[in-house]
Amino acid sequence: MRVLVTSQVGKKVLMAVSGQLMTLFVIVHMLGNTTLFFGGLNAYAAKLHSLLLLVWTARLLMLTALVAHVVPGIQLYLENRKAKPGSYAIRNSLRATFASKNMVWTGMIIGAFLIYHLLHFTFQFIHPEQGASANIDPLGRPDVSRMVLFSFQSTAHALMYITALTALLLHLTHGIQSSFQSLGLNTDRSIPVIVRSGFVVAMVLFLGYIAVPLIILLGILKG
Amino acid sequence: MNLTLYVWRQKGPHAPGKLARYEARGISPEMSFLEMLDVVNESLIREGEEPISFDHDCREGICGTCSQVINGVPHGPQERTTVCQLHMRSFRDGDTIYIEPWRARAFPVIRDLIVDRSAFERIIQAGGYISVHTGGVPDGNALLIPKENADTAMDAAECIGCGACVAACPNGSAMLFTAAKVSHLAALPQGRVEAKRRVCLMTEEMLRQGFGSCSNHYECQAACPKGIRVSFIAKLNREFIKALPRGTNTAPPSPSHGTEAKE
Repeated sequence: MRVLVTSQVGKKVLMAVSGQLMTLFVIVHMLGNTTLFFGGLNAYAAKLHSLLLLVWTARLLMLTALVAHVVPGIQLYLENRKAKPGSYAIRNSLRATFASKNMVWTGMIIGAFLIYHLLHFTFQFIHPEQGASANIDPLGRPDVSRMVLFSFQSTAHALMYITALTALLLHLTHGIQSSFQSLGLNTDRSIPVIVRSGFVVAMVLFLGYIAVPLIILLGILKG
Repeated sequence: MNLTLYVWRQKGPHAPGKLARYEARGISPEMSFLEMLDVVNESLIREGEEPISFDHDCREGICGTCSQVINGVPHGPQERTTVCQLHMRSFRDGDTIYIEPWRARAFPVIRDLIVDRSAFERIIQAGGYISVHTGGVPDGNALLIPKENADTAMDAAECIGCGACVAACPNGSAMLFTAAKVSHLAALPQGRVEAKRRVCLMTEEMLRQGFGSCSNHYECQAACPKGIRVSFIAKLNREFIKALPRGTNTAPPSPSHGTEAKE
């Protein structure tokens, strides 16, 4: 099993598995977000946080997946850059896409955003007075809705989230289909199907996520 | 046809290279790309200049020697065609054509458009073979192979080892080449015996030779003159995952093949 961390193919396998785990998390997270539209965000958050074992298992798993994704990702990026010293005078991409060529950069944007997002909504260091732990709703639950609604009334803030989510869209557009290929779960017939399905999943996630800052910014959802 | 060429000129492996401009005059559309270069070289020789060095051998699209990136595409604009089989009718009178060698750390330039591709040979040496006790010729059809497997093996065996996949890959990866060789042998009963060992050794050698890894851009499939498909890379990945529980066994095959054949 040592080859998983020494071999190029092994590193890609690690990246694929960890990437798919994180994609699953991103899907569940988006489904959780939708409770905001029906006024159920506080109830959802309260229930979720009462399941301590689930929350901490997920957190540890995600932290492990993050490390297993970022470390080999950066190692491979540096190796690949070394393997291709010069470029051509004219470069004609035949199949590579903007998304596939910029995985390391969209990944870094997502990483930076992840830190901000945790400081913002999980640790509530940014605007702590509006944080869920500082305010309780009439039913005595931490007021997560109030925190979210307050945050996205700022245009700059909402735009920052939308930018980060665009990076996520690009990253997943290539990442989802690429992970199936790296795990060998592909044949001539499945490749076009997986490429298209990967894009559809990435797009649905993108739309689902940007819906939150957008409808708050546009004043459709008010406190 | 009259063309303007920008050709990569480099005196040696360590000399700096640059693009030089040449005019190709009176080119017939029926000429192959290499014949066009022959005409240019003849005029260069007449003028007392160094001719452009380029690799070629069979000139019928099977040896995989001609290694030129034409206008940013390995083997030029025509799909599934080597440079020697590319004809000047694919271009228009007055076109400007950029001709460069394969670019990858593992393929150092020897001179002008010629690169050293022995890194491919070393990948093959690492495991791209089957160990057999030689003896008499086996009887035909003594070993039954399903038609589908035979077809897959033949498709993979179409690889001529030209290196266009490496030249096209933004990571300079040799995955398509290695995958074709791994898939070819893994599809046949004779090759299955050493399949696990082979995939580990060949991918290790790929890294050692300075090739990059696969980011699944699929540029290689588009550039391949023989139509080798990226589904073979998925096959290599499957073979690699199957070999995982055993780890990298780099020990040479045991002399008694009877025991290994039971795998």
